[in-house]
Amino acid sequence: MSTAANEAPRSRGKAPAGERVADWADGRLGIYSLAKANMRKIFPDHWSFMLGEICLYSFIIIILTGVYLTLFFHPSMNEVEYHGSYVPMQGQLMSEAYKSTLDISFDVRGGLLIRQIHHWAAIIFLAGMFVHMMRVFFTGAFRKPREINWLFGFLLFVLGMFTGFTGYSLPDDLLSGTGVRFTQGAILSVPIVGTYISMFLFGGEFPGTDFVARFYSIHILLLPGIMLGLVVGHLILVFYHKHTQFAGPGKTNKNVVGMPLLPVYMAKAGGFFFLVFGVIAAIAGIASVNPIWSIGPYRPDQVSTGAQPDWYMGFAEGLVRAMPGWEINFWGHTLVLGVFVPLVIFGLFLAIIALYPFIESWVTGDKREHHILDRPRNAPTRTAFGVAWVTAYMIMLIGGGNDIVATHFHLSINAVTWFVRIGFFAGPVIAFVITKRICLGLQRRDKEKVLHGRESGIIKRLPHGEFIEVHEPLSQEQLHTLTAHEQYKSAEIGPTVDENGVQRKVKRTDKLRAKLSKSYYGPESQIPKPTVEEYKEITSGHGHH
Amino acid sequence: MKKLSARRRHPLAALVVLLLALACTGGLYAAFAPADKAQADETAQSLAIDEGKKLYAVGCASCHGTGGQGTTDGPSLVGVGAAAVDFQVGTGRMPAQQPGPQVPRKKVIYSQAEIDQLAAYVASLGAGPAIPSEEKYGPEGADSAKGGELFRNNCAQCHNFTGKGGALTHGKYAPTLEDVDPKHIYEAMQTGPQNMPSFPDTTLSEQNKKDIIAYLDAVNSDDTVNPGGLSLGGLGPVSEGLFGWIFGLGGCIAVAVWVAARTAKAKKS
Repeated sequence: MSTAANEAPRSRGKAPAGERVADWADGRLGIYSLAKANMRKIFPDHWSFMLGEICLYSFIIIILTGVYLTLFFHPSMNEVEYHGSYVPMQGQLMSEAYKSTLDISFDVRGGLLIRQIHHWAAIIFLAGMFVHMMRVFFTGAFRKPREINWLFGFLLFVLGMFTGFTGYSLPDDLLSGTGVRFTQGAILSVPIVGTYISMFLFGGEFPGTDFVARFYSIHILLLPGIMLGLVVGHLILVFYHKHTQFAGPGKTNKNVVGMPLLPVYMAKAGGFFFLVFGVIAAIAGIASVNPIWSIGPYRPDQVSTGAQPDWYMGFAEGLVRAMPGWEINFWGHTLVLGVFVPLVIFGLFLAIIALYPFIESWVTGDKREHHILDRPRNAPTRTAFGVAWVTAYMIMLIGGGNDIVATHFHLSINAVTWFVRIGFFAGPVIAFVITKRICLGLQRRDKEKVLHGRESGIIKRLPHGEFIEVHEPLSQEQLHTLTAHEQYKSAEIGPTVDENGVQRKVKRTDKLRAKLSKSYYGPESQIPKPTVEEYKEITSGHGHH
Repeated sequence: MKKLSARRRHPLAALVVLLLALACTGGLYAAFAPADKAQADETAQSLAIDEGKKLYAVGCASCHGTGGQGTTDGPSLVGVGAAAVDFQVGTGRMPAQQPGPQVPRKKVIYSQAEIDQLAAYVASLGAGPAIPSEEKYGPEGADSAKGGELFRNNCAQCHNFTGKGGALTHGKYAPTLEDVDPKHIYEAMQTGPQNMPSFPDTTLSEQNKKDIIAYLDAVNSDDTVNPGGLSLGGLGPVSEGLFGWIFGLGGCIAVAVWVAARTAKAKKS
């Protein structure tokens, strides 16, 4: 567009001002060719592909509202006396951080609404990431080439947890102070380095006078900066890999069927941003979140019952609450297993899900690219594993709120804790078995539907008196969708004895792999999908079916 | 002694004894006569005790023993005082419905007059804290901010930041303080009912108790205004997380489904 050759035929008059400005900019930035190549990018349409958008938009909302809050928040632990407009705090001593949060809530115009939007958006952001991650997991969208992007997403979730935690700690109220103390206890439980890390982080003994200022820069600068970079990387990779799609007529592993980015997706996505903003703002206008004025300023000598972290840290809280308070003494050093073991499990539990794509591709030996999504039922072992993981997570969430569960369901807190302890080990196993059975049942139903059609519910009486139910055959599209998935064979070790009768050495990892692979693709884990011959035989009209 | 014994048969001896007896009686009468009203009060009091004793025999004696000495099913009531009775019966906790880790608050089944009679009877078994008068727990001269600090220091461990209650071990719990009569809060602090420790005036002064009651009235009563909107039970992050998941993320997903359903698909022929 910017070349002289293109401009030559338009010699009749000057181009409109807008076009000239655009032309000037394009000559220097080269946006047009970039845009031309990418604006027609196709995105498939499915509501579950918009879960990531919910996260992106709530993240943007968090940044926007967060900027407003920084204008009024004082990240200082200097002690001041409160004389603002909230009566039940009059004359109380508190840190400047807490006082400025009270001021934001009561004396800054729109402050409370912005604070609540910020906090609700954070809760929804993390919940959205969790669900988005589960969508990607259960549909197998993490497979090659998207493993790195899965890790980016996982990192965003973990960083989101810690950004949320540092933000929750900033107002220096009694609830968050208890949470910070809890975290400091967890840090202290780490053998050898724990005390050093704690002293370094808090600039001395807890609570000291530094942690609010330090958490502030971590919360508003360090972590969000990394997250923003990861979000951009995440989006670039989505763009580069192109979006996955569900199986369907005309959809292959090599194409993307959907709508172009411009204008359809831009309009939809832009509109969706405002809808998400609207939902969050409405929630923030209706329900209060973290009412620090009724919680009170933090003092290390005070503590309240029912002190929980925000939901995304709830399962870590649950691990500590469920763990028996064991400790051992070793050469005069105390090892607090009651806190350290949960801390280790916390890390391992998250690592399992992060590394799952690599584990699966190793087990199945599948190194090909996948752009067509699995239906969860067609990957029963993966689905069952995912459900087992979510079950363990949810049981620990119950553990994190064991006191609230106890009081509200009139149970004994000890009984709830024991339920959580047993459930953490038994629940995933039960969930795994049940989910796998359900998946296989659904596969059988799909096969049944393909071969015999849909049960119409119409009962027909034949001339000789027999009653049959009329089955309606499926449409060609439905037949395609139900049979599009590939069925794999499990990896075999191969013959262990060669033609000369010499025994080959089989590595132990290979044996393990073959065993696991059988659990993925063995006859126990998939119902053979109907073959063309089966279908033809049944639909050829020999007798009723 | 001999003199007296020698004269005891004197003709005037009977007269002297009679005079002495009269003087004694008169003197005693004179001593007690001004207590005319007190006597009436005492009668009312003993009447209340009598009535209370009857109520006690019907509603309480099976667990606490016929004389309030306690049995294996209920503690002794000697020395618990009228305040304890007024609290336990006045909040419906007593008579207990069934044994258990803790007796819950329920519908009050005695009238205030009956409760007072029961309280009078139990108070007569041994000295204990009396039912507080209204100026002790009224809002005059109370500092709710100070009360908040005291509350967080002494009460929040079990009753939560704003008195929403919390769990204790083995099915016991600290109940919510929402809409509890200030008088009952005062009595609870004074007597330490069930699993609660008591906070006598030596621990929490009368003024302290008054402050705490004023604080609870400010943050946890019917007229409490929550500036942020719905308080979601005042339970903190657990209920906030649940609300965020169901209505926040649920709302966003509902909108996503709606947007995805409204697409510019090619018309099916």
